[in-house]
Amino acid sequence: MTPILDISHIDMVFPTPKGPFTALKNVDLKISKGEFVSLIGHSGCGKSTVLNIVAGLYQATTGGVVLRGKEVTEPGPERAVVFQNHSLLPWLTAYQNVELAVKQVFGKTKTKTETKEWIEHNLKLVHMDHAMHKRPDEISGGMKQRVGIARALAMQPDILLMDEPFGALDALTRAHMQDSLMEIQNELNNTVIMITHDVDEAVLLSDRIVMMTNGPAATIGEILEVNLERPRERLALAEDTDYTHLRSEVLRFLYEKQRKVEDISSVKKSKAKKRNDKNQHHAA
Amino acid sequence: MSNAASITEGRDIKLTATSILNAVFERGVKVALAPVLGILAFLMIWSLAAQNIHTSLGQFPGPTDVWQQFGSLYNEHTTERTKATAFYERQEKRNAARVAKDPTYVPKIRAYTGKETYFDQIVTSLITVMSGFILAALIAIPLGIAVGLNSALRSGFNPIIQIFKPVSPLAWLPLVTMVVSAVYVSNDPLIAKSFLNSMITVTLCCLWPMLINTSVGVASLDKDLVNVSRVLRLPALKHVQKIVLPASVPMIFTGMRLSLGVAWMVLIAAEMLSQNPGLGKFVWDEFQNGSSSSLARIMAAVITIGFIGFLLDRGMLALQRFASWDKDSAAA
Repeated sequence: MTPILDISHIDMVFPTPKGPFTALKNVDLKISKGEFVSLIGHSGCGKSTVLNIVAGLYQATTGGVVLRGKEVTEPGPERAVVFQNHSLLPWLTAYQNVELAVKQVFGKTKTKTETKEWIEHNLKLVHMDHAMHKRPDEISGGMKQRVGIARALAMQPDILLMDEPFGALDALTRAHMQDSLMEIQNELNNTVIMITHDVDEAVLLSDRIVMMTNGPAATIGEILEVNLERPRERLALAEDTDYTHLRSEVLRFLYEKQRKVEDISSVKKSKAKKRNDKNQHHAA
Repeated sequence: MSNAASITEGRDIKLTATSILNAVFERGVKVALAPVLGILAFLMIWSLAAQNIHTSLGQFPGPTDVWQQFGSLYNEHTTERTKATAFYERQEKRNAARVAKDPTYVPKIRAYTGKETYFDQIVTSLITVMSGFILAALIAIPLGIAVGLNSALRSGFNPIIQIFKPVSPLAWLPLVTMVVSAVYVSNDPLIAKSFLNSMITVTLCCLWPMLINTSVGVASLDKDLVNVSRVLRLPALKHVQKIVLPASVPMIFTGMRLSLGVAWMVLIAAEMLSQNPGLGKFVWDEFQNGSSSSLARIMAAVITIGFIGFLLDRGMLALQRFASWDKDSAAA
């Protein structure tokens, strides 16, 4: 099967006052249609940079991204982004926020009634049809993120890019959103790249987990295939041996192979060492 | 047992009733009573102080003198109006009579040239301040958006803004006056020069707060919203219309409110200095006039100016509440 998206040997070098800083080195990844891929790694490892390059918001220094045989040079609605902090326009209602996207993408091809139906359909998909005429400041954080997802889905993207979509939510809301996302994924079978910090989230949602090494010059460390059967059930999986195994694989990568050494350690070495030992202990 | 329970309940209800009454009373004191008391105290101190200040134009006016002057200003206004109507009636009759005698006669209509009343001056001042303000908004808001969007333009404009912002617009007044009389040459001027002078002065002082606030509002646009716009591939104009403008509306309104407040203060001073018609001229004329009622009339003007300034600010606030999505920034 030919991949829909080819992230081909990208390097990312940022110019800084102290000289060039290599954030990414030789990141290479192929994603097939309908695949759900998570990017996981410690903060500062360049996960978001990868996503932003795929989105077209950044340009890779060398290498490039090819989507459906076409090189990505600028942002576009076929690579819809769900931003970490929802990024809804605060002066528009949920409906109007989705409408802005739909009108921009389908303004010429959809009639007025089709447009309205499509907006409402997408809001229904994320269970926001009851509050679609409310403005972002009138709804909760989880609901805002739902609208953000509806806006992205409404663009009918070739690939959906999610930048820590549930990172700012509390644990219960997050679980709820993950279930919703699986339900939507079951229905639409989108191609998705999602950045996450959350090991459980990665295992629960993904077909593949791409684990990144620490920066600078971060790259893909390991790729883990998640062959758990779908639909997946949070409670059932909690006891599942395959699930626990996959989970510990990711944890081992993050906390053993790519243990993050904090900068403060240089100032107070002994203290930091203690803390690190403790972290390791927790992880194991 | 049940009896005891009902008694406690009853007491609870009574307690809440009294506490509600107390809350209502407290609110009433804060909302209605306190301001009234404040005004009364002010009037008392004023009248006491006024009795002890003796000027070359007589005793300093107390509240009652000022109140009387409000009355006489109103009377003067109505007399002037009746005189004007009488004048126009006479003119019409005279013209009709001449046309009846000689059908080829083209009647001349002359405007009434009576003195401007206090209320005419208020209207003139209001028209001047609003025209200057609107002209400034028409220049400053689009310019502010351009400056806010483009960082090169921003660094280019910054020194100019920083240098001209602290200049009192009154320093511009002589220059404006000379330039207007040099450039605006017309035998039959549609707009009076004096009006232009005050209007441009007002514009010059309104420009900066609006320009700065608009450009800061635009420049501090959330980067995520810009990214949303990029992902949607909004064309430049639509980007400004759908994202930039609404996002900076709260800041634009803040700038407009600041501007209008300053404009009103500056206008009065400009009118005094340049003898342009308006409330400022009224104050200056009364000062030069030096009659026994002058001080009371000036005091009446001071109160009027304050009151109008207050109303202008409230008007802006109401407009902001109506037009801005961010109701928090429109708090008093």
